Amino acid sequence: MATFKEFRNSVKPNWCPGCGDFSVQASIQRAAANVGLEPDDLAVISGIGCSGRISGYIKSYGFHGIHGRVLPIAQGVKMANRDMTVIASGGDGDGFAIGMGHTVHAIRRNIDVTYIVMDNQIYGLTKGQTSPRSAEGFKTKSTPEGSVESAIGIMELALTAGATFVAQSFSSDLKELTSIIQKGIEHKGFSLINVFSPCVTYNKVNTYDWFKEHLTSLDTIEGYDSSNRMQAMQTLMEHDGLVKGIIYQNTQKQSYQDLAHGYSKDALAHADLNMDEQKFNDLVAEFM
Amino acid sequence: MIDQLSWKVGGQQGEGIDSTGEIFAMALNRLGYYLYSYRHFSSRIKGGHTNNKIRVSTKQTRSISDDLDILVAFDQETIDVNIHEMRDGGVVIGDAKFNPAVPEGSKVRLFSVPFTEIANELGTSLMKNMVAIGATSAVLDLPAEAYIEVVEEIFLRKGAKVVEKNMEAIRKGAAYFTDAAGGPLEGFQLNKADGQKRMFMIGNDAIALGFVAGGVRFMSAYPITPASEIMEYLIKKLPQFGGTVIQTEDEIAAATMAIGANYAGVRTVTSSAGPGLSLMMESIGLAGMTETPLVIVDTQRGGPSTGLPTKQEQSDLMAMIYGTHGEIPKVVMAPSTAEEAFYDAVEALNIAEEYQCPVILLTDLQLSLGKQSVEPLDFKKVEIRRGALDLNAELPEVEGGYFKRYELTESGVSPRVIPGMKNGIHHVTGVEHDETGKPSEVASNRLKQMDKRLRKLKNLKFNTPVVKYTPNEEAELLLVGFNSTRGVIEEVIPRLEAEGIKVNHAHLRLIHPFPLKEMKELVDAGKKVVVIENNATGQLANILKMNLGSHEKIESILKYDGNPFLPSEVFNKCKELV
Repeated sequence: MATFKEFRNSVKPNWCPGCGDFSVQASIQRAAANVGLEPDDLAVISGIGCSGRISGYIKSYGFHGIHGRVLPIAQGVKMANRDMTVIASGGDGDGFAIGMGHTVHAIRRNIDVTYIVMDNQIYGLTKGQTSPRSAEGFKTKSTPEGSVESAIGIMELALTAGATFVAQSFSSDLKELTSIIQKGIEHKGFSLINVFSPCVTYNKVNTYDWFKEHLTSLDTIEGYDSSNRMQAMQTLMEHDGLVKGIIYQNTQKQSYQDLAHGYSKDALAHADLNMDEQKFNDLVAEFM
Repeated sequence: MIDQLSWKVGGQQGEGIDSTGEIFAMALNRLGYYLYSYRHFSSRIKGGHTNNKIRVSTKQTRSISDDLDILVAFDQETIDVNIHEMRDGGVVIGDAKFNPAVPEGSKVRLFSVPFTEIANELGTSLMKNMVAIGATSAVLDLPAEAYIEVVEEIFLRKGAKVVEKNMEAIRKGAAYFTDAAGGPLEGFQLNKADGQKRMFMIGNDAIALGFVAGGVRFMSAYPITPASEIMEYLIKKLPQFGGTVIQTEDEIAAATMAIGANYAGVRTVTSSAGPGLSLMMESIGLAGMTETPLVIVDTQRGGPSTGLPTKQEQSDLMAMIYGTHGEIPKVVMAPSTAEEAFYDAVEALNIAEEYQCPVILLTDLQLSLGKQSVEPLDFKKVEIRRGALDLNAELPEVEGGYFKRYELTESGVSPRVIPGMKNGIHHVTGVEHDETGKPSEVASNRLKQMDKRLRKLKNLKFNTPVVKYTPNEEAELLLVGFNSTRGVIEEVIPRLEAEGIKVNHAHLRLIHPFPLKEMKELVDAGKKVVVIENNATGQLANILKMNLGSHEKIESILKYDGNPFLPSEVFNKCKELV
């Protein structure tokens, strides 16, 4: 069995010192080892942005795609080889701005992919512009007078889009984050894990201290039931989305792979591609 | 007796016009005639004029005809819109219900047959189409029995009674016409056909069949005219092979999902038309940069923007050759018949894997949706070649733990592995990268990887890059085209030859990389080169000029009003150019 060290490689991340993404990387590596994966059982697909580089920092199969398209690529990998564990990851700009269309549809499609968003409420790699997760009034290079747009309540949106696994965590809580990612991997269906991962360079508002002060752990809410969608929505709204833990999980709904008519139980990537002549003749006869 | 005949049925969309044409055509197909049908339709589901023009011949034909012998009309609009195509002495059969009329002075023969009334007497007005088919058959002196097989296939699941009713409708239609006309009309009887069994299919069906036979197991696509039939066929057939189709949220997802699945080792395709291809451009670059096989069908239609979404055009050529920012290896193939479309669909999959790059399988609306007779396909020609990918390879442990997926090789093609393989771990990125896929901006590495990618297609093996007809060492005219114009050009050549003009013909089946050697020889052997294409700016002519020079002798015949070329249009312009 591989240990988390076997999911490490020798590449030095180009993230700023103190960036929240380091812990996300470590949590993925630990979670992968905890669920018993070998490096070649795992494919990490990532988007574009600071956080998108993560696929190159984990020793596994990795695909660093184009901006906003991490989810279609990840779903393609999973459909091609249902035996692979597929983790998709990227930033809040990648997933909730340019890639929002794919995010909503990946949620409702429910293919078994674990999507980890490193949410820092800012565009880092392009040097500090507003993100769809930036709060109203947030001042950035692109909103010098403060943003007049509302921030997306991504967890609420995921619930309405039909998500079967919705969780939120904080990069400084390595233990909880690892456990949530592990549960996300084990979940049969699409899992969305939004991780508050502070940008120490461009976001001077949503800092580590700020999150520590504002986040409420669902563990502290008495009687919180993560299978209750109504309660999940209400709790999110009461706390303006600033909660951490597994917000909602539906274990009843089957994944897309299990529901797709005729879709092979074995990895398609290893299917025999040759057709027998009789079958071909039958197909031809339909046009005669 | 005649060797070919042109027939058209028209009415309001949603009225069963397509199926009327379909039943008529299938019956003649069973008798061994060659058929070619082309639908005129609009971007709406119910209402609006639609028609289906069918050519019946004892020889292969893939072009619509200049004129029309028989017109079956379910409304007056059909007559008004199509009367100009009728030849003198042609026959118009209209439903008595709308009191059909032809313009004064018209030299057609008009017959009013109570399609709807006869159908109603038999129980339902739905059968008016069958009555019309019966009337048509009486003109051709074709027995009602010719339809029994087809009618059974369509209606037997509804019971023998329904079959009998429909046959009765055909017989009654025929009897009514024969009474009214006093027997079959002279000059409308076809010579006997060869009785050969042939497929009758649209280009999109041929491509889809090629994909299934060629090992496609997954497709991600977004609906669009005129490409959707490819997706619809795979939705029906792939589950029989354990595969499936995902209808994505847009074409960007379609292309990138296909990239993910191809990267993971499954032959995955997507298909679309111009607007979708525009959205896919960044993804095509990703496939080029990451050396991921990817086959995309572009069924060209009228552009730009939404353009003429249900009409013929060939204006995506330049975009398909050059589209995506930056420079990548890419192959653009252009079959010109349904038969070629089948084989090229299989070959596109092989080329994409052998050269690890995107392949555009280019068609146009006329080829994609026009229905044609196809000679028996040769199953033995279907082969699956996956190039450098060996799924069963036992890979040795590598130093540093990273497989050299982008190893610099002489051919430029690197060893390929898929996720899940032991000791195959590597990184894939659209960022410039080194041999293991690690991002690198080092100038010397950039040059090496760029050159490696671009040299992959230097030695592209491609069977028949140009379909040639070269009876003349020195030709007065070399006619050049791609995709569906093959049909009209082949129709015009004998007419030009009958006038004593020496004509050669080159139809490009491989557009990019440009088949320089073949085309140079052909162009050199022609006094004038006439490039015939459905666009406004002469895109293929410009490609020829770019690659071959010879500007002074390259002329264009262009049509971009949304309709396919008529043989007479090409013939007349060719004569002017001689």
